[in-house]
Amino acid sequence: MSSDVRFTDFKSDKQPTWCPGCGDFGTMNGMMKALAETGNDPDNTFVVAGIGCSGKIGTYMHSYALHGVHGRALPVGIGVKAANPELEVMVAGGDGDGYSIGVGHFIHAVRRNMDMTYVVMDNRIYGLTKGQFSPTSREDFETSTSPEGPKQAPVNPLALALAAGGTFIAQSFSSDAQRHAEIVKQAVEHDGFGFVNVYSPCVTFNDVDTYDYFRDSLVDLDEDEEYDASDYDQATEAILDNDAEYQGVIYQDEESTSYNEAHGLTENMADIPDGAPDDAMDLVREFY
Amino acid sequence: MHKDLNWAIGGEAGDGIDSTGKIFAQALSRAGRHVFTSKDFASRIRGGYTAYKVRTSVEQVESVVDRLDILIALTQRTVDENLDELHEGSVIIYDGERTTMQDLEIPDEMIGLDVPLKSLAEDAGGAIMRNVVALGVACEVASFPIEKLDESLEKRFGDKGTSIVENNKEAARLGQEYVTENYDHDFEYELETTDNDYVLLNGDEAIGMGAIAAGCRFYAGYPITPATDVMEYLTGRIERYGGSVIQAEDELSAINLALGAARAGARSMTATSGPGIDLMTETFGLVATTETPLVICDVMRSGPSTGMPTKQEQGDLNQLLYGGHGEVPRFVLAPTTVAECFHKTVEAFNLAEKYQVPVYVTSDLSLAVTEQTFAPEEFDMDEVEIERGNLVEPSDVEAWQNDQGQFQPHYPTDDGISPRTLPGTSGGAHMTTGLEHDELGRRTEDTDVRIEQVDKRTRKVETAIERENWEYREFGEEDSDTLVISWGSNEGAIREALDFLEDDGISVRFLSCSYMFPRADLTEEIENADEVIVVECNAGGQFADLLEHDTLSRVDRINKYNGVRFKADELASEIKDVLATGTEVTA
Repeated sequence: MSSDVRFTDFKSDKQPTWCPGCGDFGTMNGMMKALAETGNDPDNTFVVAGIGCSGKIGTYMHSYALHGVHGRALPVGIGVKAANPELEVMVAGGDGDGYSIGVGHFIHAVRRNMDMTYVVMDNRIYGLTKGQFSPTSREDFETSTSPEGPKQAPVNPLALALAAGGTFIAQSFSSDAQRHAEIVKQAVEHDGFGFVNVYSPCVTFNDVDTYDYFRDSLVDLDEDEEYDASDYDQATEAILDNDAEYQGVIYQDEESTSYNEAHGLTENMADIPDGAPDDAMDLVREFY
Repeated sequence: MHKDLNWAIGGEAGDGIDSTGKIFAQALSRAGRHVFTSKDFASRIRGGYTAYKVRTSVEQVESVVDRLDILIALTQRTVDENLDELHEGSVIIYDGERTTMQDLEIPDEMIGLDVPLKSLAEDAGGAIMRNVVALGVACEVASFPIEKLDESLEKRFGDKGTSIVENNKEAARLGQEYVTENYDHDFEYELETTDNDYVLLNGDEAIGMGAIAAGCRFYAGYPITPATDVMEYLTGRIERYGGSVIQAEDELSAINLALGAARAGARSMTATSGPGIDLMTETFGLVATTETPLVICDVMRSGPSTGMPTKQEQGDLNQLLYGGHGEVPRFVLAPTTVAECFHKTVEAFNLAEKYQVPVYVTSDLSLAVTEQTFAPEEFDMDEVEIERGNLVEPSDVEAWQNDQGQFQPHYPTDDGISPRTLPGTSGGAHMTTGLEHDELGRRTEDTDVRIEQVDKRTRKVETAIERENWEYREFGEEDSDTLVISWGSNEGAIREALDFLEDDGISVRFLSCSYMFPRADLTEEIENADEVIVVECNAGGQFADLLEHDTLSRVDRINKYNGVRFKADELASEIKDVLATGTEVTA
């Protein structure tokens, strides 16, 4: 890994087609900064993206990348990391990809605790299909498929992660560029599954969860001297507090063991001999 | 007297039927006898009826027959279920002290051996060994050296300590002695032994062993009958070679995990059965269009839906050939024997990497649950070759970059096979996507690029058809006018059926196909035969449909796949073009 990598090295020459003002610009910039500042370069980085506006990120970033099917980005990332633990794996998706069609994989990825990073661009709306409610939309949020609001409780992704045994649970805001990049960087550095829910406003289809709303309501835990992210009870209280929006690392268990460590995954599985392994006849003899 | 002996133990699920049957099969194998096993079982943990059947001979055994010579019956139902297979002189071993077996009626012409299995087992150290007592009885009935059973008991119980092993040996002897002391009967069976060393394994294990031999280092799967043995085999073994198994939360995840590992450069595999294939079909198109080498095993069972999970069927062929929306290349291999499960798995990994395609290896329940003996040389590891295809050396990466220094993972080469770099390779960074993409792997809806990429993927298949051997296996009478064609696991039964037919003066030529796609062109063989019979374990005749399709006279075709619908004037002009070339349309 070279030390002179700049975050722009992670930028591809494709111009994003996100709407002007979309939160995803800021989210992506923070991801690129976090990767560069943690000593990674495009050739040792693997980005996996799901489907939706967020899923386009693989095209706008420069690295090894796979843009997969809807909701299944996490298992792809886990497979990449298992096969070559030397790679830096970052998975990106949206609230639909991660908390609706892919929520099963989300829970299992959290509890598996593979050493990788998951960044969710949460805009509380389906943007690419032009404005239907998402799993994080408010109960009374009016959309084309919820004229009177979804009338169902929104998913609390942080609580899901905590219940699934998450070891790094954080939240950031795409517009607070510096804090967002710092938080993603901490997620990358975390020895386990680093999960960051990023408020990434949709300026076209969501007129409720706007930049102004988040700017006015976000409380940065970093500014609260009493807050200790290693304290499970404090984290639980913050995560289940429905009357506030928090920014920062909400919970981190630095003592946890990552999946790769627990399973002794250290080798690059791509390296194999030209023929069967030397002692492969032992496998046959087992059947005597 | 027959050359082969058919033996079975049956009872309720939970009675240790499988484990006992395996011990006997192993003893026979150790004695240099060939073995072919089958199972009657249901998807339940306790109760019902389950049986483990062993057919053995000094010659290779390739199938099962409807004849049962020795039956250990732990339940009345075991006898009832097998009445059709039992015959005059069949020996039924049972425990008349068991309350449910007291009224057992042995059909007149058969021999009932009432042995107090449980009591004798208790004498040897525990009622749990009653099945082993029965094995001792079976050794006596079949004049089989009990020392060979000892070897098998040592293998099975060795890690539980010497006293357990000795108790089991004692239990077997008590069974044997009980027969000699209480029954004055000259049994007609005499199982001769040979000095040959055989290995005994089933199709799932052969697939797992083939995978490790071929360099597979990553496996992800979700347990499902009858594919679970593949995962259980690999777990604890693949790690010795630096690999890993992940038990996924579902099959959607399993194939995506395997896809991720494959993108990272590992030889990667998942295995499942029909219901799992349905789920994996979602990601299958992604694997294929991103040109990711991946091996997917479908160990078929009866469908549709949950179907009959513990019963045999070859019903997934159409799903494997055509499953998924859109059109993408895939290869489909169907091993025809337990040994071929090993060889075809090795081959699948090479084909996957050489042509950067997903490869289905489809076996079925009958291969999965059959334990069969082979000479160990059948699995010659020195013959395993690893071919990784167009994997670009780090020093050659530059040659595959465009003039802006960007690596081109989907470059439309003449043979359709693009260069491949693995993550971590300097200068090789690239993306790929399930969207139609350009040579850089970036989304496109450009009509020309779309055609270029579809054609490139098609060209890979044409290249493979040209370069590889897609032959069938041939048996029987080469000059016969009667042609039997089959695919997959039916080979053994058909080969033995040919012997029966030959006894009746009927000669048959038999083609056993293991390549479903690409596959051999059988047009000439079919046209030259008077009678063509296609044998397969399904209702619709899916392979028969394929063969009929292959041998049809060709129609002319007009196709469009650039993403734009047909236009009337364009169509009229194309039809005129076809007519102008003067080809006749015959069907």
